[in-house]
This record gives sequence, structure tokens and C-alpha cells, in this order.
Amino acid sequence: MLLKNIRDQFPALDQKVYGKPLVYLDNAATAQRPDSVVELQKRLSQSANANIHRAVHKLASDATEAYENAREYVRGYLNAQYASEIVFTSGATASINLVAQSFGEAFVGAGDEIIVSVAEHHSNIVPWQLLCQRKGAVIKVLDIEKNGVLSPDSLEKLISERTKIVAICHISNVLGLVNPVPELVAVCHKHGVPVLVDGAQGIVHSKVDVQELGCDFYAFSGHKIYAATGTGVLYGKKDLLDAMPPFMGGGEMIESVSFSGTTFAKAPTKFEAGTQNFNSAPTLVPALEFAKSAETDPAITEFVYKKLTEDERITLYGTGLENKIPLFSFAVKGAHHEDLALIMDKMGIALRSGQMCAEPLMDRLGVTGLLRASFAPYNTMDEARYFIECLDKAVNMLV
Amino acid sequence: MTLEEKKQQVIEDFSMYEEWLDKYEYLIELGKALEPFPEEEKTQDRLIKGCQSRVWLSSEIKDGKLYFKADSDAIITKGIISLLIDVYSGHTPQEIASDDFGFVAEIGLKDNLSPTRANGLVSMIETIKEIARGE
Repeated sequence: MLLKNIRDQFPALDQKVYGKPLVYLDNAATAQRPDSVVELQKRLSQSANANIHRAVHKLASDATEAYENAREYVRGYLNAQYASEIVFTSGATASINLVAQSFGEAFVGAGDEIIVSVAEHHSNIVPWQLLCQRKGAVIKVLDIEKNGVLSPDSLEKLISERTKIVAICHISNVLGLVNPVPELVAVCHKHGVPVLVDGAQGIVHSKVDVQELGCDFYAFSGHKIYAATGTGVLYGKKDLLDAMPPFMGGGEMIESVSFSGTTFAKAPTKFEAGTQNFNSAPTLVPALEFAKSAETDPAITEFVYKKLTEDERITLYGTGLENKIPLFSFAVKGAHHEDLALIMDKMGIALRSGQMCAEPLMDRLGVTGLLRASFAPYNTMDEARYFIECLDKAVNMLV
Repeated sequence: MTLEEKKQQVIEDFSMYEEWLDKYEYLIELGKALEPFPEEEKTQDRLIKGCQSRVWLSSEIKDGKLYFKADSDAIITKGIISLLIDVYSGHTPQEIASDDFGFVAEIGLKDNLSPTRANGLVSMIETIKEIARGE
């Protein structure tokens, strides 16, 4: 697809901030939405606003159809075996919390161990810490290798007989490197340990085939992959979801309710208590369609990587072009990330600065925060050049 | 100068700059010119919560008037806190505690900073007020 045709689908890009053309490079936090997503959400809100799975009338049936079609589409996109393996949530955070609550309730006890990597987003750390507090279990931390990736060998050394689950990211939101998930999963499965993969960045930048990856759970958010915010997915292997208890009660998740005892619906409904985000979840379809059709120009990744690594004032975290996504977190000698982000904001460039919800990783890297530029398929080479130019100007203002 | 005169001065100084980048240049200059803050005083209890960058603030009272010292690892923030302590140092706790800090909004600092930064600014103001109320 031509870049112009891509950009035309995203009216949000065609705006000025402080009188400067917007250069949106905070895609790893939230991606902009194409017209197809915005229009579908509007159309469903106008013509199919009715609660799903309940009433027999036409609007309810249209809403239910859109919702369940989206589930089937996501199944196909991830190459999951069954549509019942796709649970809709409000985002990756909710997906991981669901597993920590439900799997944790059933399978984790006092003295058990959970392995989490040091490069995780807080959303893949805190739910496990809460679980450990409830159950008296402990967290074991998997370190990153020198270049920033996770290693199957280091992981295997951490696994013990008490390990109940391993929770790791497909791609770190700070380092931007694709982890060797199939190999990491193989090591865990060799020891009979299930694996949850935080795919918040992974779904955006790599082809995700859950059967190829082999993971037991895969979690991602809609808003990072061009869908409406408040949407998300948890993929879980059927046997595991079946064995897991519900974690939230109410709404459609029941089979029958009485005061002598309530029985629950099967997965995925068992995990979808209360009224769902039914006009938004279907936007995953056009969003994933877009994701499939477009990728960030690899020349941009190479250009930015080269510029950042050859500048002596800059330290880039997460190195190695072969498994790098167009996401760059870096520190500039003598210039604070917040100052840089603030100055570049006034030049029209949207960046992320700070700890990026990964405080343990910041501690591990020995920094108080970083500046991050993350690109999407709608970003142009001109924008990449402008970013590098402005970065230089901003650094010169500060140093 | 009275507190009002000092605030008026800041508003005038700021009105010279139309472009945001020029305002930042000015804040960077202020930050660079700020008197050094003793390393040993950069303690946890002097750290202002709610800022993306680290900001330390200490105060002492001399002849019934408050004097502030501050530092930050981010230079624009350092410029902002420098501006605040310049305005409020040398005034009585009563004067500071009853001030509305409205001039900060008048120079456009509050509206044009990112929410986290704006929160940082609110935290700085709150901390200065708290110190004044505590005296």
C-alpha cells in the first residue's frame, strides 16, 4: 500500500500542534485509528447498540453477531484452534490480571514460584505480585542478556519444581527486541510449566501464530494495534481455560443461578462477566486487517537505528538490528529525557519519556528514565529525518 | 521588591517570548544559573513527589522570612523551580501560605506543559505552600 494511501486513512495525523505538523512517534503507547475503525464503532453505536447474548430482538442479534464474528476473526488471525480460546477483555492488563487471578487461584499455592522477566511492563509484574501476596508464592526474576533479549538457557536455570507459570513479553516496550518465544516456551514445556506471553507490542510488530509460538496464554490490547481503546484479547489454551475458575461474577458468565448453588458457562463466556464492550470489540477486525496490510518501512528502522547508534552522545537500549522493531529507547548524555520530550513536543513531535511503566528495567539499566520514539506504518522517512534533526537541536539547547 | 512586584516582573519577563522554544531557552538559562544545591541535602524527604524528573526543595527561616533552595536533574524543571523560589524567597510564611500562585497560570506555564509536568508544577507549588503553612 502506498504511504499516502495509508496516511489518508488516519485523519488524526493531519493536524498541527503548536502550529507545527504533528509527528506522532508514541505509537507503542497508543496507535492512531484508521477511518475503518472509527466508522465501524460509530455505525455499531448508531445501529446496533444493544446488549449482546441476551435479548432476541434484531438490534441485539446484530450486536451479538458483530461481537462473535470479531472473536472468530481474532481466532483466525492468531491461528488459535477454537474460537472459545479467545476471551475479550479491556486490554492486555486485564488479560494478564485475569490469568493471575483465575489460574493463580486454582494452581498457585504457598511456596510456589512464578518467573517474570526484568524487562516486563508493570502490567506483567504487579498482577503476579498481588497473586504472590495472596498465596504466599514468590517471584523469580529472569534477567535480560547483554543485548537485551531473553535467553532460553538463563530461563531454564531458573525453573524449579515449584515453578507454576512463566510470564514474559514477546517484545519489550522499552527494548523493542523480539524475544525467541518458541524456544523460551519449549524450555518451559520441557518442565511442564505453562507460559503467558505479554503480546502488547508483539501483536503489532510480528506475525503471531499461537500454535507456532506454542505459548499457553497470549495477551494484547486493541488500542496499540489501531482498534478502539478498551478492547483487548486473552488467548488461552482450551484445556487450561476449561480448568480455570471464573474470577468475576455476574452477567452472562453463568449457566444457572440459584441460592443453593450457581453453575457457570463455558469459556470464554465464563470470563466475560457483565456487559461487554460490544460496540468496540468488533473494531479489532478492521484494525487487524490494517495491521496485516501495512508495515513500517524497514528503511526507517535502519535509518533511525544507524543515526542513534553512531551518535556518541546517545546510548540506545536494545541493540541488534536483526530482531529490532521500530521502537527506540535511549538516553542522551547530559540531557534529561523529560527536557528533550518537552522541547520536541513544541517542535510537533510526540514522544514518550520517563520510566515507561518498566521501573525494574530502568533500575537494571541504571537509568532514571529514557526517551522513546516508536514508529508505525503511517510514519514517513521525512518524519524520521525530522525527528533526528530536532533531536540534535534539542540536545544542543540543553548540553 | 514586594511579592506582587516580583510576580509582575516574572510576567513581564515571560511576555517577551512568544515562541515556546524561546520560553524554554529562558527557563534553561534560569536553571543553569541556579545556585548549586548541596549533594548531601538531596535526601528522600526533600524530594517532591509527583514529578517525572527529580526535584529537591529545602527551606530555612531567617528573621521571620522563608528562604528556599532547590535543584532538579531536568533543566527546564530546574528553571521553573528556580523561578518559583526566586519569587517566594524572602517573604513571610503567612504571605506565602495565603498567596494564590495565580501568576503561574498567567505566564502560561500550567496550560502548556504536559499533564505529568503540570502535575509536577502543582506538586512544587503545594510543597512550597506546605512548608509555609508549617512555619
